[in-house]
Order: sequence, then C-alpha cells, then structure tokens
Amino acid sequence: MHDSILTHAKSRYLWISLGLCVISIALYIWHDPGIAPNGGTWLGYTLGTVAALLIVWLLLFGIRKRSYSTTMGSTLGWLSAHVYLGTALILIALLHCGFQFGWNLHTLTLVLMLIVIFSGFFGVYTYLRYPTLMTRNRESATRDAMLDEIAEIDQNALSLADGIAPEIHAVVLRSIENTRLGGGVWTQLRARDGSDIAIARIKVAIEKRETQIGAPPPSMQAGQTILAMVDFLAGRADDKQSEALRKLIDILSRKRALATRVARDIQYQAIMEIWLYIHVPLSIGLLAALIGHIISVFFYW
Amino acid sequence: MSERFKIAIIGSGPGGLSAAARAAERNVSHVLLEAEAHLSNTIYLYQKGKYVMDEPGILPLRSPIPFEAGLRETILDRWNETCARLKVNVRHRHEVAAINRRDDGIFEIRCQNGNRLEAEAVVLGIGLQGNLRKLGVPGEDLPFVQYQLDDPDAYEGETIVVVGAGDAAIENAIALARQNNVVIINRKDEFGRAKKGNESAILKAIDDGLIECYYNSAPEKVEALSAGRKPGRMILNTANGRAQILLDRVIARLGATAPRGFVEACGVVFPNKDPASVPAISAQYESNVKGLYIVGALGGYPLIKQAMNQGYEVVEYITGTAVEPADAPLLKAKFSNLRGIGSVEQALAQIQKNVPVLSHITPLQMREFMLDSDIRTPAEGAVIFERNDYTNSFYSIVEGEVRIAVENKPHPIVLRRGEFFGEMSLISGRRRSATVLAGANCVLVETPRRSMNRLINSVEAVKAEIDRIFIMRAIQSRFASEASSEQLAEMAASATLQRYKAGDYVFQEGEDGDCLQLVRVGSLTISRNIGGKEIVLTYVAAGNYVGEMALMGESKRSASARAAIATETIRLDGPVFKRLISRIPALRLRLQKEFKERTAANLAMQSMPGGGDIISFLMAQGAGEATDILLIDESLCIRCDNCEKACAETHSGTSRLDREAGPTFANVHVPTSCRHCEHPHCMKDCPPDALRRAPNGEVFINDNCIGCGNCERNCPYGVIHMASKPPKKPGLLQWLLLGRGPGPGEAPYDPDAVKDPKAKKAVKCDMCKDQAGGAACVRACPTGAAIRISPEEFPAYAQSRR
Ligand SMILES: Cc1cc2nc3c(=O)[nH]c(=O)nc-3n(C[C@H](O)[C@H](O)[C@H](O)COP(=O)(O)OP(=O)(O)OC[C@H]3O[C@@H](n4cnc5c(N)ncnc54)[C@H](O)[C@@H]3O)c2cc1C
Ligand code: HEM
Ligand code: HEM
Ligand code: SF4
Ligand code: SF4
Repeated sequence: MHDSILTHAKSRYLWISLGLCVISIALYIWHDPGIAPNGGTWLGYTLGTVAALLIVWLLLFGIRKRSYSTTMGSTLGWLSAHVYLGTALILIALLHCGFQFGWNLHTLTLVLMLIVIFSGFFGVYTYLRYPTLMTRNRESATRDAMLDEIAEIDQNALSLADGIAPEIHAVVLRSIENTRLGGGVWTQLRARDGSDIAIARIKVAIEKRETQIGAPPPSMQAGQTILAMVDFLAGRADDKQSEALRKLIDILSRKRALATRVARDIQYQAIMEIWLYIHVPLSIGLLAALIGHIISVFFYW
Repeated sequence: MSERFKIAIIGSGPGGLSAAARAAERNVSHVLLEAEAHLSNTIYLYQKGKYVMDEPGILPLRSPIPFEAGLRETILDRWNETCARLKVNVRHRHEVAAINRRDDGIFEIRCQNGNRLEAEAVVLGIGLQGNLRKLGVPGEDLPFVQYQLDDPDAYEGETIVVVGAGDAAIENAIALARQNNVVIINRKDEFGRAKKGNESAILKAIDDGLIECYYNSAPEKVEALSAGRKPGRMILNTANGRAQILLDRVIARLGATAPRGFVEACGVVFPNKDPASVPAISAQYESNVKGLYIVGALGGYPLIKQAMNQGYEVVEYITGTAVEPADAPLLKAKFSNLRGIGSVEQALAQIQKNVPVLSHITPLQMREFMLDSDIRTPAEGAVIFERNDYTNSFYSIVEGEVRIAVENKPHPIVLRRGEFFGEMSLISGRRRSATVLAGANCVLVETPRRSMNRLINSVEAVKAEIDRIFIMRAIQSRFASEASSEQLAEMAASATLQRYKAGDYVFQEGEDGDCLQLVRVGSLTISRNIGGKEIVLTYVAAGNYVGEMALMGESKRSASARAAIATETIRLDGPVFKRLISRIPALRLRLQKEFKERTAANLAMQSMPGGGDIISFLMAQGAGEATDILLIDESLCIRCDNCEKACAETHSGTSRLDREAGPTFANVHVPTSCRHCEHPHCMKDCPPDALRRAPNGEVFINDNCIGCGNCERNCPYGVIHMASKPPKKPGLLQWLLLGRGPGPGEAPYDPDAVKDPKAKKAVKCDMCKDQAGGAACVRACPTGAAIRISPEEFPAYAQSRR
C-alpha cells in the first residue's frame, strides 16, 4: 500500500525511461550521418532538444514540490518520474554529443549534468536507507523529547554535584555549557557531542581531590571503568556522598547515551539533506551552462 | 414570614439575566438569585479576552440586555451596566439549595446561606456547567483558596497546594511547578482517572522531585495565619496521621457537580438516565412542575442568544402576555416553499400528524426539531443521497414517496408518507447503504445528526420506534434476497440489541455458538488463540455479521470476536436462524461460500506472523473507530515535514497534523491527525453544532464555530487546536522572483503577532475536502511514506507489510 519512489505505480516511469533509452539507442545505431555522430546532425539536434526539455522539466520539480494545492499528480509520482527520466538523461545526452568531449562549455554542461544526476543517485540511496536507521535509533522517542530529557538530566546532575563537592559542580557545569548538539554542517555530519568529556573530567577531578587529601593515590588505570572507580571511592568518602556520586555517574551515562542518539539522529537527517546542497545549486548552474551551450552552438557554429 | 415575589429567577446566566431584566423593565416583582458574587458565572469564567460569538447569526435578539459578538470583558461590562440601570433585584451569593412547591402553588426557595424566599413562579436558568466542587472543609472560602486557574505564570515563588487528581489538577500542578513550589494532594494512591499523558507526566514530575505528592490524603481544614512568612496553612489527614503545610495558595480542582440532581430534587423529570437528555418542557418553557420554568442551556439551548430570547419570552408567558417566539420568522421561512399550509403551528401539527415517529414529541421539541431541520421538495427522480455517501442526516417523509435502489434487485423499495429513512448511517456512523431517489410530489424533512440524536436520547418512544425499524431493515438488507417476509419477521422478532465496551468479548473461541451477531455500531476484531497468544486475524466493521458458522454445522466458535471500541450488535437467536437456513437452501449456500472466503483470508493472516500484530497495534490506537486514518511508513519517511507544510499551506497557515508525535510499531507510525471517527467524539458537545460530516466522510468545522474549546477537549486523539487566521502569504512566483517572504512551506507568520482575538476558532483536518486533488499531506509526500486508509483495508494493509 505504501509505494516507494522506485516502485510507484508499478515502476511505470522505469519502463517509460527504458523505452526512451531503447528508442534513442536504436536511432543512434540506425542513423548514419556520414561523419562521426555529434550534436550537429539532425539526430544530435533531436536528442539535444529532448535532453534540454527533460532538464527543464526536472527543474520544474522544485516548483511542483512547493505547489501544495496543485491537481497535477502526486509529488511521489513526480519524483518517481524525476528519478527514472533523470537517469535516462545520461544516455540521451551521451548519444546526443556522440561521445565527443573537449575542454569547452559543452562538456562543462555535460559534466555539471552528470554531477547533478549522481548526487541524485546518492539522494535516492539515502532516502531508502536512512529512514529505517533513524526510526531504530530513536526508539520511538521524538528528538524534542530526548532533548528535553537531556536538559532535565543536566538540571538533576547539577543539583547532585552540588551536594558532592565544588570541583565536581564546576566540572558538571562546564560540561553542560559545552554540550552542543547540532552545530555546523560538519559537526552534524560527524555526529559528535561533548558528553564523553564530562565523565572523563569528573574522573580527573576526583583523582585530584584524592591526591590533595593526601590519601594514597587510587590505582586507577586508564582502562578501569568509572563504576569501579566509584566503588573504590566508596570506602573512604562518607556514604551519602558516594551514593550521590554513583547517581551522578549513572545519570551522566544516561545522558551520554541520549546525546549520542540525538547526535546520530541529527547526522542522519543531515545526510538526507546535505546532497540537496549540491543537487540544487548545480542544477541551476547546469541550466545556465545549458543556455550558454545552446546559444553558442546557434551563433558561433 | 419570608419575602414573597411574583417571579424568582435562579441563575444569572444570559437566560436568567434576560428574564430578570425583562421583569424589571415591566415592573414585575422579581428576584434574581445568583450563587456567585458576579453575574453570569459561565461567561465570567471564559478565558480573559475571549471573543464571544453571537451564533446563530440569523436569529434576532429579543431582550432588554444588549448582546452582540465581542470581547468577554465588554459584554460583561454592558450587562452589569444595564442590570444596574434597570434596577434588577439581584441577590448575589444566594446559591439555591432547594425549591419546594406548596399545595397552594407557591414555591418556597431555600438558599445555601440560610435565606428563604417565596415566589409564585420560578425560572430556572442555572445552565449546565454545574457548581464547582469546593473543598468541603472549614476555610474553603478563604481568599487564597481558589477553584480556577487562569494563568499559571501569574504566580511565582509561592508554595501552592493543588487538591485533586484529575486532568485539570494535574495540568495546573505541572504548569505551576515551573515557577513555584507545588504540593499535590491525592485522595487515592494513584492518578488513574487522568488521561494517559497527564498521568505519566505527573508521576514523572513527582519522581523527579519537582512536585511533592501526598497520596491517600485529604484536607481537614484550611486556616489563615496572621504571623509568619506564609499567609495560610492546611491541615491534612494522611495515611500516617496528620500533617501541616504552610502555604501561599490553595488551588482545588475537584470537578463540578452536574446540576441534574438538584433539578430532579425540584421535581422535574428527565426522560431517561442518559446524561445528554434534557427535561421535557412546554412551548412556554414550563416543566412538568406547574409554575416552574426552564430556560437556557439546562433546557437544551446551548447558545447565549437563544437563552436570552427565552428569558424574555418566559416573563411574557408568566405574566400572561402572548408573544410570538423569536424564532417564529425563521420557522415561517422554512415553510415558505410549502404551499397550502397556514400558520407555523398548523404546519408543525401537520408534520407531526403525517409522521408517526414525531407524534410523541412535545410542541417545543417539535419547534426545535424543525428549526434545525430543512424542508426538502426534490423533483421526481432527484437523488436524495447516494450509496456510499457518508452523510448522516435523518429524513422523514411528510408527503409523497421515495424509492430506495437496492443492489441486485430490479425493483426499488418504496417508502411512503409517514415513514423515515437515513437511520442506518445515523446510528452506525457508516456510509449510506443505498441510493435514495425522490418519488412524485415528495416532501421531506431532513434533520442533522445532532438534533436527531438529541431527540432519540430525550424521547424513549422515538428511540424504540427507530430501533425497531433499524433491526427490521438490517435483517431485510442481509437476507431479503433469499427469505420471505414472514421468515424475516420471525427472525426480527427474535432479535435483541446488545452493547459491548471496548475490549469485551462478543463470544469466545470454543464456546457453544447460539446466536448470529450483526454489528450495528462500532467494530470487532476476530482473533484466535495460537500457542498461548491471541492473534488477531481480521477486523469486522459495522454492517457485517459474525458467528454464523457455529450455526451451520460445527457448533463451537472457531475464533473469538471482541469489541474494538464501544460496540452495539443485533443478536439473532441461534435456533430461529438454524431453522431458517434448514428451510432455505439458497441462504445456506451463500453463507457457506462467504464462510469459505473468510476462512481462506484468516488462514493467510494466521500463516503470516506479525500481520495480526499490526492490526492489534492499530486497534490499540483507536483506529477501530476511524473511517480514514493517516499512516506513515517510517522506513520511507525522510522527515522532510512536507506533509505538515502542505497541510499548513492549504489550510490558512496552521498544520492540522503533527507528523512526529504518535506511536510507531514495526515502522508503521500513527501521527497525531484526525481519523474522521464513525461517531466523532468532537461532535458531542458543540453549542452551535459546527462540527459536521461531509458526504465523503470528512469531519469538518463550520464557520459558525464559537471557539468554546469543547471539541478540543472531547477529541481523545488531540487533533483539534484553537487557532487564529494568519495574514495572507505572497504567491509562489512573488516569493521565487521577488523574494517576498515567507515562502511556501516556511513558518508562515508569528502566531503571537496576530492580536485579533476574533479569529480564535477550532481547526482540524478536513481531509482537504475543498482541495480538488484530495488530501494535501499524502500528495505532498515525495517518498510515498504517507497514506490514508480506512479500517476495511487494515487486513490487506497488514498483509502488505510482512
Ligand atoms: C468556553 C465556552 C465558550 C462559549 N462561547 C460561547 C460563544 O462564544 N457564544 C455563545 O453563544 N455561547 C457560548 N458558549 C455557550 C454559553 O456560554 C451558554 O450557552 C450560556 O452561558 C448558557 O446560558 P444559561 O443562562 O443557560 O446558563 P449559564 O450561563 O451557565 O448561567 C448559569 C448561572 O447560574 C448560576 N447558578 C448555578 N446554579 C445555581 C444555584 N443553585 N443557585 C443560584 N445560582 C446558580 C451560575 O453561577 C451561573 O451564573 C460557550 C460556552 C463555553 C463553556
Ligand atoms: C536544445 C538543445 C541542444 C542543442 C540544440 C544542442 C546542440 C549541439 C550541437 C549543434 C552540438 C555540436 C557542436 C559540436 O559538434 O562541437 C552539440 C554538442 C554537444 N552538446 Fe549539445 N545541444 C543541446 C543540448 C545539450 C545538452 C542538454 C547537453 C548535455 C547536458 C549537451 C551536451 C553537448 C556536448 C557535450 C556536446 C559535444 C561538445 C564537443 O563536441 O566538444 N547538449 N550540441
Ligand atoms: C539533470 C538532472 C536533474 C535536475 C536538473 C534535477 C533537479 C532537481 C531539482 C530542482 C530538485 C528540487 C529540489 C528542491 O527544491 O528541494 C530535485 C530534487 C530531487 N532530485 Fe533531481 N534533478 C536531476 C536529476 C536527478 C536524478 C537523476 C535523480 C535520482 C536518480 C534525482 C533525484 C532527486 C531527488 C531524490 C530529489 C529530492 C526530492 C525531495 O526531497 O523533495 N534528480 N532535483
Ligand atoms: S477530531 Fe478527534 S474525535 Fe473528531 S473525528 Fe477527528 S479524531 Fe475523531
Ligand atoms: S511528507 Fe512524507 S516523507 Fe516527508 S515527513 Fe511527511 S510522511 Fe515523511
């Protein structure tokens, strides 16, 4: 009942595109211009025109997508056709120029087109793959709910830290100030968040305190878990404090898990969007180059 | 001896106030008794700055008190002024506790504050809001004890004790806890009465230490303190003895007592136990207690203007002045296309005479019925409604005849003068089962769902008659092609109506089958116990029957049938039915064929692990009462929110769906969006009857919405919002070429910037009934993640998603 971009209407546009390709190839093989096939023959002109019209139509998808009350088919149908016909364009354009390339505007047009198309392929791949990953990662919470919970944990962590020691409070506070989710494109794509650092810093602060107190420095190897550390401390600090410390580390671990999930959520979303930043501007560039190409072949040829 | 008046008016709502003002204007001795310290408590309690609407627009106002659409504050100010100018004899803080009619016809009225009065006639205008329950302990009226909370942000840094465990108490407590120290007092040890979301929110707030909760506790008294930092304290009885809380404020949210008990104690009779029923009153608004009149919402008229007109009229009637009711011109206009009928009264009487179902109702009910209804005189052959339309109005045939086109039958069924039709969709909430065409000279009365339901709830005889015909026709439509009319009558005679709550078993696997069940309201799921787990096999919508198989050979039920939502069935007695099929081989053959198809479908489902789980999941989300539900496949949804943008763009800037909110199971996500319920909860309590159903099933809100918020509260799925209309956006090309913001799909406007309160009305999904292309959300989804389906398609849907 749900159709994907690829299966929409029994993949009608796949068949249409294949048909278009077959006809183009047949014409290309049958056509014998006498010289090497190129854009200047009648078939070249025809295929070029078809390709140019297709490009204009592909660009119109940006408008269709925003025409919410149009009666011209569903967005899904348009996108399905966009994907398949856009792909057929590779072949049609190549046949148009008869596989002749040079360092000129014509070939630039072709290159731009290919980049746009291949970025489109990447887009389709992300659309089919990432939604499922996203759902799994969210475990049926919404992103806002996760962010709310993080804010709440921060609050609780502060009040717990308050009861332990000023150093710990300062560390927790700093880590809260440093937690940044989202951020620039790169941070979004790398899915980093600052929550690991908090736990590491607490560890350092405790170590420092222990040495200050003059107690034999606890033998904390690098690999030792934070919980083992708490157990170790439980022996000396008073009960209430170590209890609070254990709680603090508990909720900070929870926060870390949450923050990782939020960061990954943002990452997935960013990946699903980032390619459009290539696809769309370059498609505008393509339009400009195409106009240049057409004008140049008409006037300077 | 206590004071004596000619008219005692109880309640200073629009109805009572208008009556008292008219009495004052005419110098009739009167008293207006109001429980509160101000006039018109219901309107006083509207949100600050609420824009009050004067629906129905066509009804003229007849009252010495002015009223036109405007701000709550303006209206209340003008009412206070007029009341003072006319020297209305109002007594505030006089809550009436008892009314007693003496044998000499004089009423004795006793107020809560001990005052007693006498009156020759009583006008009861106490509305339907009921009285807010107070704490019921000493100190309940102290200035810092309040029973209402307008703006939680108005308080800061206070210690506030919230008493109560319902939704209002929880919502207030959580909102207040943002800036205050909040303690909540719960009589029980859980918050089971609240909505799910509120329950988990309060438990979490308590867990996190944001709110302190005293379980199993009740206030013993509240006292004002003169020394110390806090103005008061509350003494509590807790499970572990007494406790004291020093506090700044008490907010008690204990609900309201419905006025019905008080009204019944006055001697007024209600037709039945249904809380929606209203007492029968005469055309002069007199109840069954002579001299006791009822006006306004209590009498079933839930709008301000109606109440005010009645207040005026009732004083005229009591003083013996004949007036034509204010709605007379409206009625006259309705009858204008009927020739040969004299006065409005004659026309009403004629209709009642011609249509026996309506003969049981009082003249006032008849007036109201006709005010809401329309007279139709369709040309011969015109379509009245089509099969599969979703309309739900009810038709009575006053003159002429109609023809019902039945599938697979050459001859239509003819209904004649006095009969009615349309009851099937009215009751089941489902599509029309046949097309109805007008016959010669046909005159019909078309009545909307709400008025008809009110009549059915108020007049037992109407209900009985409609149910009888419903059963007869339901049986006819299933078995008429094989059985004779005597055989059908025999079956109908054995039929009974049964009700089930959501989750109840209609029958269980392995039981002896002794009946056939026709679903008339609601829906069922069919399940089998497989390996200790209940596996849902399919979903049965209203209009279908279950349980025939056990009557045709195997005598044990092969599966369980369970109500998915509140459900009503027609139970056909097993032995009678068995006798019938043994006599009619054609019927037996048909049933066997249907059974085979069902079994095959069930087997397919059973062999497909997980399929039934999807149906179960959907049912748990209330999809069983849907007619059309938006589902999102999360494995396709790229979270672009194009669906929401499309909704907002096509519906004046506010999206009516929240894509992200809502549960997900096996990648099937049920967003927060209207399901266009068979029996929409939102319609339950809409004063101007603005919620309607369109022929294609869309439940939508008409422009005459008064913004009271009842539908928002009544919808269990949280899909109605109150919103104002945003300014217009520039067109697509202007945005594209000239950069005029905001563009398509961009946040349309700053909602707070819209200061015009006029616009706050309820908005909800109307399934894009005004969009030529259909639902915008689905059409805008680029990946095919969003679809809309109806419950009949659930089994196929579940199978499509292995
Ligand atoms: C939120 C909201 C918004 C609404 N908006 C609109 C709107 O915009 N336009 C519109 O036309 N309608 C609106 N309505 C409906 C309208 O408020 C009611 O139809 C109208 O108030 C009914 O008037 P009434 O005189 O019957 O009773 P009410 O207005 O309910 O008045 C009853 C009065 O009786 C008093 N009383 C009760 N019991 C006793 C007693 N035992 N002794 C003494 N006094 C008593 C009460 O304190 C109260 O003052 C709205 C309703 C609500 C809830
Ligand atoms: C109306 C549409 C078009 C017309 C009239 C047209 C016309 C021509 C002509 C006349 C030539 C021959 C020039 C030569 O041989 O050097 C040519 C070449 C070419 N065209 Fe087009 N063309 C069109 C659209 C396109 C499109 C859509 C593309 C690709 C995106 C394209 C890419 C090329 C390339 C790569 C060459 C070969 C350039 C070279 O030989 O170095 N053309 N075109
Ligand atoms: C030269 C060819 C193409 C051009 C000019 C083009 C142009 C566009 C434009 C203008 C948009 C609108 C983006 C927006 O407004 O947000 C778009 C979207 C898109 N295109 Fe292309 N495209 C081309 C080829 C392709 C191909 C070959 C594919 C895939 C195989 C593809 C896949 C997509 C997808 C998936 C979208 C996103 C739809 C959405 O998320 O709303 N495109 N394209
Ligand atoms: S608004 Fe709510 S109650 Fe009304 S039809 Fe929609 S889902 Fe049902
Ligand atoms: S439009 Fe479709 S893909 Fe986009 S958010 Fe809505 S359901 Fe998901």
